[in-house]
Amino acid sequence: MMEAARDARPLPFPQAARLALRDPQLRANIRLATTTIRAKRAAVVSELPDWQQLRDAGRTIKDRALHRLDDVLVELEAAVTRGGGIVHWARDAEEANRVVVDLVRATGADEVVKVKSLTNDEIRLNEALQAGGVRPIKTDLAELIVQLAGERPSHLLVPAIHKNRTEIRDLFRQQLGRPDLSDDPHELAEAARLHLRAAFLRARVAISGLNFAVAETGTCCVVESEGNGRMCLTLPETLITVMGIEKAIPRWDDLGVLLQLLPRSSTGERMNPYTSLWTGVRAGDGPRAFHLVLLDGGRTRVLADPEGRPALRCIRCSACLNICPVYKQTGGHAYHTVYAGPIGAILQPQLSGETGHAATLPFASSLCGACYEVCPVKIDIPRILVHERAKAVRAESQGLEGVSLRFLGRVFAQRRRYERAQRLGRALQRPVVRNGHVRWFVGPLKGWGMSRELPALPLQTFREWWEQRERGT
Amino acid sequence: MSEAREQILARIRGALGDGPAEPGPLPTYRLAGTAAPQERVERFAERVADYRARVELTEDPVAAAEGALAGRRVVVAPDLPAELRPAGLELIEDTRLAASELDALDAVLTTCAAACADTGTIALDGGAGQGRRAITLVPDTHVCIVRADQIVETVPELLTALGPAARAGCPIVLVSGPSATSDIELERVEGVHGPRTLVVLIQTSP
Repeated sequence: MMEAARDARPLPFPQAARLALRDPQLRANIRLATTTIRAKRAAVVSELPDWQQLRDAGRTIKDRALHRLDDVLVELEAAVTRGGGIVHWARDAEEANRVVVDLVRATGADEVVKVKSLTNDEIRLNEALQAGGVRPIKTDLAELIVQLAGERPSHLLVPAIHKNRTEIRDLFRQQLGRPDLSDDPHELAEAARLHLRAAFLRARVAISGLNFAVAETGTCCVVESEGNGRMCLTLPETLITVMGIEKAIPRWDDLGVLLQLLPRSSTGERMNPYTSLWTGVRAGDGPRAFHLVLLDGGRTRVLADPEGRPALRCIRCSACLNICPVYKQTGGHAYHTVYAGPIGAILQPQLSGETGHAATLPFASSLCGACYEVCPVKIDIPRILVHERAKAVRAESQGLEGVSLRFLGRVFAQRRRYERAQRLGRALQRPVVRNGHVRWFVGPLKGWGMSRELPALPLQTFREWWEQRERGT
Repeated sequence: MSEAREQILARIRGALGDGPAEPGPLPTYRLAGTAAPQERVERFAERVADYRARVELTEDPVAAAEGALAGRRVVVAPDLPAELRPAGLELIEDTRLAASELDALDAVLTTCAAACADTGTIALDGGAGQGRRAITLVPDTHVCIVRADQIVETVPELLTALGPAARAGCPIVLVSGPSATSDIELERVEGVHGPRTLVVLIQTSP
């Protein structure tokens, strides 16, 4: 199960990436999928004459919300409450899970239908529900695929992006007891429809995340494709929605910008099939009880760092994953986090506090800048990557690397020392130089040398040549 | 007030203690479209069709609906205007039918609140003829009548049109084509959990 797999101590990115690179099927699937979606995105983006202005507007809208997030959340709370909803606050994952599990148990239900939510994955809500005796039923096609395969999601938006249709057919044949299925995606989708319909019709409680919450009107917004979101948001008696506090936006009209940016950036569509917008509860239409859980979960820590703060603008479109040359090679599993790709590399270490495995993620980038170019809310991801790298290095500067770099700094600071070091280096490098490059790295340099070329020190430097020339005349 | 609430708000205020620069004014972007009404209708029709929905431009949407729904059991909102009810169809009024009862019906016939040409989107806000959200979700076919004058050009215009309903707390659904998924190799496949067939009848004036 995905939950079990996440319990194992994740490998640092470089090792995990190496494993992923050895799986040619995985790489082929991801290459095909990301190439397809990039082309689709480019086509629908070029259709809008004001795309760059929309990006600027998207950035400003999110910045405005973050700039006075306390007021925005209080306004949102008031509007949702006016609409008949109940707002809960949760400082961390554990508190959010406790709130949700208690709410579900108070209804007496022993199962809930769930619509895919990264925030729910982040707080590991499914495990908390199971521990509380509640069976979570995932209803997205991709999540069903990932769940049946006992794997983890590998993409923010398309969690089963690493699987091709034949692999999915085989999975469904086995796990859904449908040996008749072909690998036609229509047939596979139909199988999922039949499999889940009964669950939707009997569900009494649903749990969702959301994409945007409008403070002005108290409107919650969920953007989706399949209709399982609508099923969850509409049919059960009780709806529980968990949102990160950075999802709040100030005004209703802001949706006019964000609903153009998000679908075009994420699935490359002019608009996604279904967008649900609701405020609290509505007599005679939809759930009779609505709970909105506002989750901090490290977001205020991100907010406190002016350099890292823009990461909170993210609207989870995943355009940066699809464009990233690193993601394209390794897929999402190598990141071993809920948020993969470039945005994951800046968000995850900040959310979880720059320790351990997450601290290796900011190095999973060539800093090519493609992610910044496609980001619909103009997050300067490369800049934050460098910032996060610096934080990670500072945190470990006591090690051998820090000591040697400080020593090197002292040597390089003085000409005489520098020149002496050059002569010494020339003598020492002789056994390991082939064709003008250092070919043999040992000890801690081994990893560094695997993907880099180090030109050998020249036999004569320019200064030496110049001195010789002056003497010669 | 809860301790968690106060603490989160205090954390936010602490985090913003550096007094971050005020974000500038909202940059301008395209609010209103410029297309002529005829062009707007055509673009809407074309883009709805791109989602592989069935689109028909007609002066008589009631007859078209009757043609599309012949022989099917069709649910309608109790407040669907009489003049929009095809005489030859078996219409079942939604009297708070259970989800399982809706599941036994074939189709739903509704009006809409507004529509957007740029994205081929129809918007439902529960107004007259649209019903509650479940009736346009559970049956497998959705036939929607859109008056040509309900079609705006841009997404911001659509949101503006829906503003009053949102402020009144009405649930709103934006529908762009039939239910679909791109979960298998990012290929768009119509028909997962929502209606697999969407028929949009655009009523043009005679």
